[in-house]
Amino acid sequence: MANVLIFSEQDTGAFELLSKARELGTPAIAALGKTNVGGYFEYGAQQVFVGEDARLSEFNADGYADALAQIADASGATIVLIGSTKRGKELAGRLAQKLGCGAVMDAIGLAMQDGKIVAQRYALGGNTIATDVITSARQVIAVMPKTFEAVKQPVSGETVRVELKLREPRVKIVERKAKPAATANVEGAETLIVVGKGFAKQEDLGLAEALAHALNGEIGCTRALAADYHWLGEERMIGISGKKCKPRLMVSLGVSGQIQHTVGILGSKLIVAINKDKGAPIFKIADYGIVGDLYQVVPRLAERLRR
Amino acid sequence: MEIIVCLKQVPDLQQIRIKRETREPVLEGAPFVFGAFEKNALEEAVRLREKHGGKVIALALGNAKLKDTIIEALAMGADEAVMLTDPAFAGGGSAGTAQALAAAVRKIGKFDLILMGEGSADNYSGQVTGRVAELLDLPQITYARALSVEGNRVRVTRDLEDALEVVEAELPVVVSATSELNTPRLPPLTAILKASKKPIKTFTPADLGLAADQVGAKAAVVQTLSNLAPEQERKQVLFEGDADKAVDELLKALQKENAF
Repeated sequence: MANVLIFSEQDTGAFELLSKARELGTPAIAALGKTNVGGYFEYGAQQVFVGEDARLSEFNADGYADALAQIADASGATIVLIGSTKRGKELAGRLAQKLGCGAVMDAIGLAMQDGKIVAQRYALGGNTIATDVITSARQVIAVMPKTFEAVKQPVSGETVRVELKLREPRVKIVERKAKPAATANVEGAETLIVVGKGFAKQEDLGLAEALAHALNGEIGCTRALAADYHWLGEERMIGISGKKCKPRLMVSLGVSGQIQHTVGILGSKLIVAINKDKGAPIFKIADYGIVGDLYQVVPRLAERLRR
Repeated sequence: MEIIVCLKQVPDLQQIRIKRETREPVLEGAPFVFGAFEKNALEEAVRLREKHGGKVIALALGNAKLKDTIIEALAMGADEAVMLTDPAFAGGGSAGTAQALAAAVRKIGKFDLILMGEGSADNYSGQVTGRVAELLDLPQITYARALSVEGNRVRVTRDLEDALEVVEAELPVVVSATSELNTPRLPPLTAILKASKKPIKTFTPADLGLAADQVGAKAAVVQTLSNLAPEQERKQVLFEGDADKAVDELLKALQKENAF
C-alpha cells in the first residue's frame, strides 16, 4: 500500500516529488483532470490514481482538495506531497483542513527522522530556516519546485480509477491570459546581475545590461521592478515570492537588501553589492561592496571588464 | 457590503538580529508592524465600501501589542475591529489560527466577503486562506491583483505563474490579496486620532464557543524543532570614495577570488 501520495499540477514537479518519495516510502500519484499518466511509472509511481471527472477539467482549489482527500482515503496515504506552485499552495491549505491535519508550505528540504517526516522552510521572511515536524496522523507538505532532482526509475505500477464525489465548482474561470513565456533563467545562471529600485527609470537598465553583457550574466530583479513597475518580466523576480538563485557570482545594483528579496540570493557563492547608502542591509550579506552611485560605478565597472 | 479583513501583525523583519554564535533570531526589541499584504487586503475592502457602502471589520489574532496595528487599520478606514488577544490563542500555528478566525467570523455573523493577504510577511505560508474557506465552506480565490463586485458576484483577476486568470464567484467568498492589488493609503493624522474612538471588540475562546484544546498551542499540529539563520560567512569588504579607485579595488578582489 502506498503511503506517500503526490500531486503536482506540473509534470516536472510530479517527477521531482516521485523521485524523492521513493526514499520516504511507497509513492502513489493522483492524476486529476488528465488522462496521459504513463510518465509517472517511469519515475517510480507504484499506483496512479486517475480521477476522470468533468468537474476537474479546470483547476479549482476546493474541488481538487476534495478529490485529493478522497484519494488519500482510498490509498491509505499518510503523507501528501504537493508541488508548491501558487495553485499547489492554495490547494494544500484547503486539503490539510479537509484532512484535519498539519501542513508545511514551500518546503526546501525533507527527511525522515524517527519515522516522522521533517520539513525545512524559510521563516521570519527569510531571516531563518525552520525545521518542522507535523504531529498529526497525516501530513501535507507543499514542496518548492526544483528542490529535488527528477531521476527515472521505471516500475510496472498500477492504474487505479477512482469514483469521486464532487460538487460543481463554485469559482468560474471567465478568461485566462497567458503571460509571455519566460525568456530568462535566473535560477540556472552562473553569473547574475540583480537590479533594484536604485534605478530611476527603465531606460537606465541599459547600464545593467552592459554589465551583464561584459560578464556574460543573466539579469534578475527585486519584486518592485517586475510586479509594480513592469520593467522586467516576473520570471526574473528574485526573493521569497520569486526565484531562489545560486550563481557563482552575484552583482547587486541599487538593491537595498530587504530580507524578502535577499532570501533568494543567499545561495550565491560570491555576492557583490553596489549601493549609495552605506547603511543598506545588502552590504551585511555582501562579500564585496562599493558604496557609491551606481550611475557612476556601473559604467566604469562594465568598461573595465570589457577590456 | 459587509467585509471582514483578516490581519496579521508581524515582527519588523528588517530589525531581527541574528545571534552570531548560535544563529538564533533575536525577536526581543524588534517592533511589531502591520503585515504588508494585509494592508492591500484592507485597502481593497475600504475602497469597496466607499463604492458600495456597508461596513469593514478588521479581525486579527495576536499578542498584547496587536492594538497598535488595529488602530492603524481603523485609521486606514476599517469601521470596527475584533481582536483575539487572549493568551490562550497563542501558538496555534496556521491550523489553530484558522480555527479561531473562522469561529470569530461565525460570531460576527453577517458578511459578504472575507479578505486576507496572499501570505503573511513572516512565514508566507498562505495556508490560512484555504483553511478558513474550508471551515466556513466557502469558495476561495487567491492571489488577487484586481477585484470588482457587481450585485452578488465578485470578479477577480488572479496572478498565477503562467497566466492572469479572471474568475467569478457568488458572494460570500474568501479572497487573498497580492501587493499589486492596490497601493494602501497613508491615513491622515485626523483619521489616526479618530481611530481609537471606533468600536473594538475582544473575544476569548469561550466567547467563540471554542474549547481549550481547540485553540493555541494545544491545537497546533506543527512543531518547530529549530529555527536558525542559514550559515552566512560573508566578508563584508566595502570600498568607498572615488568611483575609479573603488572599481579598481573591487576588480582586484574579485580576481583573487577567481570570480570570472
